Amino acid sequence: MQKKQNPLKLGLIYLFLTIFTLATIYPILRVISISLRPGDRLLSTSLALIPPDWTLNSYRQLLFDSPFLRWLLNSSLIALVVTITGVALASTAGYSFSRFRFPGRSFWLGTVLTTQMFPATMLLLPLYVMLAKLRLINTYLGLIVAYSATALPFCIWQMKGYYDTIPPSLEEAARIDGCSRFRSFYRIVLPLASPALVITALFSFMSAWAEYMVAAQILQSPNLFTLPLGLKQFQSNMTTQWGLYAAGSVVVGIPIIILFLILSRWLISGLTLGGVKG
Amino acid sequence: MNFATGFQRIRREKFAYYLIAPALLVMFCVVFYPFVYNILLSFSNMSMTHFRHWKLIGLRQYIKVFSEGIFYSVFFKTALWTVVNVFFHVVIGVSLALILNRPLAGRFIFRTLLILPWAVPQYITALTWRGMFHHEYGAINLFLAKFLHLPAVNWLSNPNTAFMACILTNVWLGFPFMMVIALGGLQSIPQELYEAAEVDGASPFQRLRRITLPMLKPVMIPAITLGVIWTFNNLNVVWLVSNGGEPSDKTHILVSYVYKAAFNLYRYGYAAALSMVIFFILLLFGINFIKRTKATEGIY
Repeated sequence: MQKKQNPLKLGLIYLFLTIFTLATIYPILRVISISLRPGDRLLSTSLALIPPDWTLNSYRQLLFDSPFLRWLLNSSLIALVVTITGVALASTAGYSFSRFRFPGRSFWLGTVLTTQMFPATMLLLPLYVMLAKLRLINTYLGLIVAYSATALPFCIWQMKGYYDTIPPSLEEAARIDGCSRFRSFYRIVLPLASPALVITALFSFMSAWAEYMVAAQILQSPNLFTLPLGLKQFQSNMTTQWGLYAAGSVVVGIPIIILFLILSRWLISGLTLGGVKG
Repeated sequence: MNFATGFQRIRREKFAYYLIAPALLVMFCVVFYPFVYNILLSFSNMSMTHFRHWKLIGLRQYIKVFSEGIFYSVFFKTALWTVVNVFFHVVIGVSLALILNRPLAGRFIFRTLLILPWAVPQYITALTWRGMFHHEYGAINLFLAKFLHLPAVNWLSNPNTAFMACILTNVWLGFPFMMVIALGGLQSIPQELYEAAEVDGASPFQRLRRITLPMLKPVMIPAITLGVIWTFNNLNVVWLVSNGGEPSDKTHILVSYVYKAAFNLYRYGYAAALSMVIFFILLLFGINFIKRTKATEGIY
């Protein structure tokens, strides 16, 4: 904007940015710091970021003396199925919404958007009652159904928004060359939409991987627990196992954060294109 | 359209239906049917004791919702929660975006670090902040004591401070979204406008007020609408920071209150009715949002 910068003003900007950024990342640093503390000093009034006598004991305990790996496996399994379902259904339905003007289109598109205004319990409660009657409470299938219900509408909307930006002339050219409708979708449009597919996959994955409130109702036996339920258990009312909780959060959180940062550019363009601009 | 041409269109668009059928089938089973079922439940007396043998009782659950004082106090708190959160999200987000939009060395690093709160799974954020508000060992009180020499605050055992703790947590996790959207909006403002304004002798403040903010508006309005809906509906933060509405159910917002009514108190009919009420509040607000997206769809 301005060519010349006042050095005093520039200094103040940097000072403000640095303080604000430190305050922002402090909670994350704090968790890492707690995860490195030795067991007898978990409850400490120290504010040092790296404890002088740091150890990886909490991580060892987490991996070998707690059901953490079991939860990891459970969460991965559920998230994988939800992701495959979400991508398969949203990539086809989104295409249909984007390219065809069929009767019932605006009704279903409206339904998809309206679900964004559902309070969390709106689907959870009837689904819970239905699952209870079908005896699917405390099963992965029940949880997968509930997660797909929450993730699918947004995924469809997102995919539709992205397909809208791909010119239909590409498929028309392919069809003139003798491609069938399905082939032109499969061979031409789908590869072009791969950024949106990645975002849809990430979104479906996250809605299963990082979800607590639904899982807390549907899963009851501890050996079925997903990661969020497990980590919350470390923080139960009586005795909070801070070391295990912190180590678990770091192990679960860091890969997600890295993935998010790598994909954030597409995520943002997806949000502004698909979610907001329509 | 008359029936015959409608039927023809269906045949011509057969491919569209093949593609969409699986998703619609799933949506019908897991979204549409439960929605209708929820409406039915909201007119019923279903509860723990009436789980198998429930019956329709008309509007009684709705009357209960509106005749109890707690609905109004929780609704007021939800409105406060939404307004305060979204206000801070937008103000902090837009301010940071304005700063980061300058040619600063290292702004990529600041940008990346400032997005982090958005990237952390919400339940981890909430549980971590709950730890930070611990009255003896939490980082917040340690900071207050060490740098400001203030006495320790018992954050989570007083309704007001516990609610403040929830808000603080949610402000932290929510501003990066607004910052990122605003940054995107700022980059699309043509430079010529600023150059022209400078030629005309506009002060930096005038340029901010007359160019930057009005040009940001079309990008920010949909983001704010979405932000309001998400914040209004944010169950995770309130539930996990306050541990289910502690102390004594004084920190609830509407969604956490319904969640408790349904799953801790097993008042299914009542919870279904309250869900419907919340849904209509949001729908009223969101119709504006739908209209906006429909309007832009018309262009294509």
